[in-house]
Amino acid sequence: MAEIELRHIDKHFGVVHVIKDVSLTVKDREFVVFLGPSGCGKTTTLRAIAGLEEIDSGDILLDGKPIQNLRAADRDIAFVFQNYALYPHFTVYQNLAFPLEAVRTPRAEVEQVVRSVAKSLGISHLLRARPSALSGGDMQRIAIGRALVRRPKALLLDEPIGSLDAKLREQMRVELKRLHYENGSTSIYVTHDQVEAMSLADRIVVMNEGVLQQVGTPTEVYLYPANLFVAQFIGSPVMNVAPTVVREVDGAAEVALDGLKFGMPADLIGMLNLKAARSDLSLGIRPEGVEVSLAERPGYRPVEAHLIQPYGGFDIVDLKSGDRTLRARTVSGFVPRPGTPVFARIDPAQAHFFDNQTGASLGIRLERFQEKMPEFSGSKALPNKGLDHFGVSAETPGEAGQGA
Amino acid sequence: MAVVSSSGQRLGNRVAIAAVVVITIIFLLPIYWIGSTAFKPRNLATTAPPTIVFQPEISPFVKLFTKRVQLKPNEKIDVANAPWWEQMIFAGGERISRTGKGEIQLSGYPDRFINSLIVAITSTVLAVGMGTITAYGFSRFKVKGEADLLFFILSTRMLPPIVVAIPMFLMYRAAGLNDSHLGLIILYTAFNVSFAVWLMKGFIDEIPREYEEAALVDGYTRLEAFRKIVLPEAATGIAATAVFCFITAWNEYAFALILTNKKAQTAPPFIPSQIGSGLPDWTVIAAGTFLFLLPVAIFTFLLRNHLLRGMSFGAIRK
Ligand SMILES: Nc1ncnc2c1ncn2[C@@H]1O[C@H](COP(=O)(O)OP(=O)(O)OP(=O)(O)O)[C@@H](O)[C@H]1O
Ligand SMILES: [Mg+2]
Repeated sequence: MAEIELRHIDKHFGVVHVIKDVSLTVKDREFVVFLGPSGCGKTTTLRAIAGLEEIDSGDILLDGKPIQNLRAADRDIAFVFQNYALYPHFTVYQNLAFPLEAVRTPRAEVEQVVRSVAKSLGISHLLRARPSALSGGDMQRIAIGRALVRRPKALLLDEPIGSLDAKLREQMRVELKRLHYENGSTSIYVTHDQVEAMSLADRIVVMNEGVLQQVGTPTEVYLYPANLFVAQFIGSPVMNVAPTVVREVDGAAEVALDGLKFGMPADLIGMLNLKAARSDLSLGIRPEGVEVSLAERPGYRPVEAHLIQPYGGFDIVDLKSGDRTLRARTVSGFVPRPGTPVFARIDPAQAHFFDNQTGASLGIRLERFQEKMPEFSGSKALPNKGLDHFGVSAETPGEAGQGA
Repeated sequence: MAVVSSSGQRLGNRVAIAAVVVITIIFLLPIYWIGSTAFKPRNLATTAPPTIVFQPEISPFVKLFTKRVQLKPNEKIDVANAPWWEQMIFAGGERISRTGKGEIQLSGYPDRFINSLIVAITSTVLAVGMGTITAYGFSRFKVKGEADLLFFILSTRMLPPIVVAIPMFLMYRAAGLNDSHLGLIILYTAFNVSFAVWLMKGFIDEIPREYEEAALVDGYTRLEAFRKIVLPEAATGIAATAVFCFITAWNEYAFALILTNKKAQTAPPFIPSQIGSGLPDWTVIAAGTFLFLLPVAIFTFLLRNHLLRGMSFGAIRK
């Protein structure tokens, strides 16, 4: 049982303001991931919670009790360091036993706990080795084992798998998820890798320059980014974002990206009016929100396919119109070669509108276009119609986005 | 990348090895000289050209440790019942002097040797201990004016120590520290501690903070973390620092000569002082010097693995 609460945390390093009024509640058994670019204060926040760094002001509460003035040793929080920090002069067994010996656990119990933790992490055969003789993955398992042996109230992990190779990272991600599922300890995990964050987190906390940008489930953060920073930080390839002008044309809305104009449902006008925002906007659209067709169709604008990056399961195609590039995601091989003239439109349901002044999302959520295309005979007979004519399959955008 | 050694490289290697052998011989020659003289009969010690082949004796060591008197022309000695080591003395026309109760009288050497050990070991332990703790503080905590303080510590080594010999002598006399173990220990500790701080700071800086921080979150106090994590990790540095401090304290001559004369005198000023009395017996002096070389050699030999790692510290640590 452990709930961590941060209340208005502030922290300076000299004149640098590294954590700015951060407030957050991590619920019992929750797995929260801090995600943000390098230097945004993730590690500092984590170290403050662990008691390795003092804060200037604010409260840190563990199960409702303020702990900001307790020593690290008295907080009952475990910390996994990015460089593992396994004691080189101890064997793996001694490393795992070290936290238990701090609280004078009887020998027999130490042995029993160490062996059971080692077993659950698959490192029983390494107990007599020295850390220096181990691979990165094994060191990482031991570092996590050392954090788990004394059943801490909360587990803090600072980029624990950041220095492993891609394949091992993927494997360890699954293992971390399993461990959390089995142990259920309240965990805060720091990373700057969005794939890691998406796949592990119950909730993601996006940070930038010491400020919490958005807190939400991976799907929320992906589908409804709160501002331009989150929109562009999450998702790969990155979201298309460009200044736009919204106009009313023939009773419907139209967004213009330089010369390119796309139709939008008429609701958009009303929604923008409601927010009192028509000018100085940016339109954001993820590559999978750009629909591509090889044949000319109503509402689709002519563009030229430029670079094509095959990702295996799908292609990322740069669409050019004048100087403007729009990145689209299509099924693989959909656009045969660069230079092909194609047609594109924007899925309103995946369009995001941001205020250029504040960067904040206007929170506008539109409906998908109702597909009514009488001129395409037989399109109804094909259940998988999208694949023939569009680059975009009918899967939900959230799932599609995580494939990269 | 496979390295294929060409004949040119091999020749280069041989030249390098030959050079190392020659240099080693040149450096070892004085030590060989001392070592061989320490085992020579007195009449062979000063021959020119030097005697290379001889029957080694240990009479120089017997003479080193004992007080002797010349045999009177018609003094009766019981050669047959004398112990073997005293018989060697008779051959030189001397006998070992004894007290009225018949106890053997020792020379000044053993006491000086023990003084050297006491002073060098104690000051090394103090300098390294204080140096390590100070270096840890500088390395891990925000110390106000850290750079200035570190410079100040280093600056105590900038003056050639002998410059302050006379003031030190006067101060020690006033403080009653003349010819005392404590006086030399304080002096050598003060002299070595600045060096120890700087050396240890380098070593401790290299130990990732995360080791201690891991111990702190695992429920240990700062002191326990220092003892259980930092000290073992710094063992290499401590060993290297200790060897340097020990060598400095062990070999120090000038202050020992000025500040001590009997009770606390160390071996370095004592050994040459023997030359002054009559015709010098070089074999005894060589024996004293030879024994004096041993502790540093043994100490360094025992710590050799740590030292090698310590010397190449930056190179092998990531
Ligand atoms: N001990 C320190 N003294 C001074 N500045 C520091 C200290 N530790 C961190 N900083 C600064 O505080 C800011 C936040 O650092 P922090 O380590 O928390 O970032 P991070 O989000 O963990 O980045 P990364 O992804 O690179 O690990 C950085 O600008 C960093 O330079
Ligand atoms: Mg960090």
